[in-house]
Amino acid sequence: MQRPIATTRSATGIPTGRLAVWWVIASEIVIFGGLLASYLMHRLGHPEFGNYAAYTNTYIGAFNTFVLLTSSLSAVLAHNAAEAKDGVKAAKYLLGTCFGGLVFACVKAYEWNYEISQGFTLTTNAFWSFYYTAAGLHACHVIGGCIIMLILYPDVKKGKELQRVELIGNYWHFVDIVWIFLFPLLYIAK
Amino acid sequence: MSDEHEHHDHTKHYMKIYWILMVLFIISCLGPEIGVKWLTLITAFGIAVVKAYLVAAHFMHLNIEKKYVNYLLLTAVAFMFLFYAGTAPDVMKHSGRQWENVAAQEEVKRALAEAEEGGDHGHH
Amino acid sequence: MAEPAQESESHGAEDHGHGHDDHHQESWFIHYCWSTDHKMIAMQYMFTGMAMAIIGGFMAYVFRMQLAFPGIEVPGFGQVSPTEYNSLVTNHGAIMIFWVAMPVLIAAFGNYLIPLMLGCDDMVFPRLNRLSYQIFLISAIVLLGSFFVEGGAFGGAWTAYPPLSSKAEYNMTPLGAPLWVIAVGLEFVAFLLGGINFVTTAMNSRAPGMKMFDIPIVIWMIVIASILFMASVGPLIAGAIMLVFDQTAGTGFFDPDKGGDPVLWQHLFWFFGHPEVYVVLLPAVGIVAEIITVFSRKKLFGYKTVIFTALATGLLSFFVWAHHQFISGIDPRMANVFTVTTVLISVPIAEMMFVYIATLYGGSIRLTTPMLWALSFIFAFIIGGVTGIFLGASGSDIYFHDTYFVLAHFHYTFYPIAILSVFAGVTYWYPKMFGTMLNETLGKIHFWLTFIPYNCIFIPLFMLGLGGQHRRIWSYENFPELARPEYYALREFATISLVIMLLAQFIFIFNFFWSLKSGKKAGANPWKACTLEWTTDQTPPGHGNWKELPTCYRGPYEFSVPGREKDYWPQNEPEPEPEPSAS
Repeated sequence: MQRPIATTRSATGIPTGRLAVWWVIASEIVIFGGLLASYLMHRLGHPEFGNYAAYTNTYIGAFNTFVLLTSSLSAVLAHNAAEAKDGVKAAKYLLGTCFGGLVFACVKAYEWNYEISQGFTLTTNAFWSFYYTAAGLHACHVIGGCIIMLILYPDVKKGKELQRVELIGNYWHFVDIVWIFLFPLLYIAK
Repeated sequence: MSDEHEHHDHTKHYMKIYWILMVLFIISCLGPEIGVKWLTLITAFGIAVVKAYLVAAHFMHLNIEKKYVNYLLLTAVAFMFLFYAGTAPDVMKHSGRQWENVAAQEEVKRALAEAEEGGDHGHH
Repeated sequence: MAEPAQESESHGAEDHGHGHDDHHQESWFIHYCWSTDHKMIAMQYMFTGMAMAIIGGFMAYVFRMQLAFPGIEVPGFGQVSPTEYNSLVTNHGAIMIFWVAMPVLIAAFGNYLIPLMLGCDDMVFPRLNRLSYQIFLISAIVLLGSFFVEGGAFGGAWTAYPPLSSKAEYNMTPLGAPLWVIAVGLEFVAFLLGGINFVTTAMNSRAPGMKMFDIPIVIWMIVIASILFMASVGPLIAGAIMLVFDQTAGTGFFDPDKGGDPVLWQHLFWFFGHPEVYVVLLPAVGIVAEIITVFSRKKLFGYKTVIFTALATGLLSFFVWAHHQFISGIDPRMANVFTVTTVLISVPIAEMMFVYIATLYGGSIRLTTPMLWALSFIFAFIIGGVTGIFLGASGSDIYFHDTYFVLAHFHYTFYPIAILSVFAGVTYWYPKMFGTMLNETLGKIHFWLTFIPYNCIFIPLFMLGLGGQHRRIWSYENFPELARPEYYALREFATISLVIMLLAQFIFIFNFFWSLKSGKKAGANPWKACTLEWTTDQTPPGHGNWKELPTCYRGPYEFSVPGREKDYWPQNEPEPEPEPSAS
């Protein structure tokens, strides 16, 4: 498909793709914001949530935080390489980020498996409902981001469409930031 | 923003930010070990804000992006505080002037009583 | 196809028209169903929206018949059971807002007008645009499909308050309820994708020379509406996930026994629901602004005023949501706050209406069909706005809440938005969309046969509401105070008016298709308007819209400029060479 001339214009001075990603992120902020605000008012209104939260595993949460922060570094290094027009290197870092996402998802799967086996399921009570919904929505974003990166990978490796490395990177950093807030909300505050 | 002619390698800068993030991360994990509630809140949420700022400013390059993108994203965040402010009086609190949420109060009482007895996993 | 134009990282890309003439032979399917052309996608949205409007109108006919003549065999439907009645009113509301007003006003007009009015060849993300329509179509199919599942379609009102919506033992639609929420959720995703496309296109892809305040009002309005939608829908998307879990998995987000709270849903819903009113209102007033200016042959009285009032309305619309919940048991002190903000929001909207009236003042008004629709919009919307004051004040709302007064009020706002302004827009841009003129006589007959019955439907409902007639009741036979003959007279009058109004739409459908074939050729600029969409090389515009993309030189409403031969001055016409003798 031929790219329209409209896409190449830039009246704001921000390239069209990046501008659109900012809007995506803005709309994601309100999606996660609505969910987390709902969780927070329940958390503060229900002192018993503290007892339920005691069963979450801080070490696993912390390890996943570490994994996501590192994958963010890899994403920004990919952007750095893309700016230098080094497609091969950028693609390599993208795969690194993807690997981070994969580790995150696997750890999450292990963690949930353990928790469910202990009897804490989605329907146990409102705390666990929020826990699985918020983390699950976030995990969907992680998996979605990985899939997009794998789709971008072949073109980037050939040095084509390098601006996309930054766009997926920005999305990935946003997903990382969401986790930065989920970690204390779901794991640390007991 | 990036002009190919004067492209610099920013790897060092990114690594620096990453190590700062790691230090903050370790502090936020160690915070609760001390066991002081207000300190935990600061190390957990204060540091989360700082970490988010570092990632947004340096990894997402919001520090060199057009200013209105910052305003745009901050407005989205502000709307969430607005939502919280308008909703919390009804949902977070369980009683107020001339009203009380009996169902929620009873659930809190029941759950806390069960926790007193011990061994409660939150099951019904 | 030629090699893809590299996305330019640098500013100010050059616009040289590249060969758009080479029309490839496309299969029927690719052309009509898989197209990435913004005009085709706009048509898809418009025709889907209109088909849904017919379905929604049919639902209104069925339940109005039941209300006026309880127990009657409704022709074309049969007897209406209470469950069917509930699903009909619920889905009438949902369809008319989410599957008629949104797709036609924002998606159809947005897709059609944004590239044409801004002077570019397409939206910035054509494939995203196509995806957005496809998701929308799936959402419509899911919604309609929910009528045929076991238990029938969801009947818990379009606001879907839990616990009615969250527990199958209350709503008795174990499949209909989740399908309804999923359909609405898919529709939101479609419009999020579309909205991102609209906003990005409008921000980045204006014609060279077009400054921010050279953009036509309707584009401003669609963009502000898209931003409002994006900023408000998030909590409801989160809420929809929570509600589906409550319905299907048995979680307790909205169940106090499990530590949840049903009032939370109301907040999540109305935090979106109220800005949503302005999401559909703003494009409607934008369309009206275009038409009023063109047919008054006068500059819009306050171009910047309209934009700033729209921005103020958009911002204020985030501060009013709880006025829908005055009797839901919210904190009374919050009710005071929301009363003040609600009354406040009428200020910018009233100002906008004054601007329109001032534009009419002293103009050489041409009462064409689009102009009639636009004027009727102002008339009807002012009634809707003024009756809203009673409902926005928490004191009087306690009496009016959930009566037909509320219902008549919001039909005096949504009907002008979703019907009157849409007809205004369709009749106005029809010559550009299809290349022929609509028949004016038929158009005017259709207008009067829609507008008069419309008032005859809803003015009686105001009276019934004041008389205490409650909403969402299948039959008033069991309520002696509401089953009196004078009440039935009003109900029957409203229902017969509705039937007349619905029948009158066949005139429009006939006119639409008859004019396609036999209408007189429109030419490029039949209304002598200034905006860029009237300057395309072909009418209707071909692929790529222009051979050479236009440059913009002035604002969009330069009508009757003194000292000029013609009374309009198109945006793309270069400034005349200064005459040597001029000082």
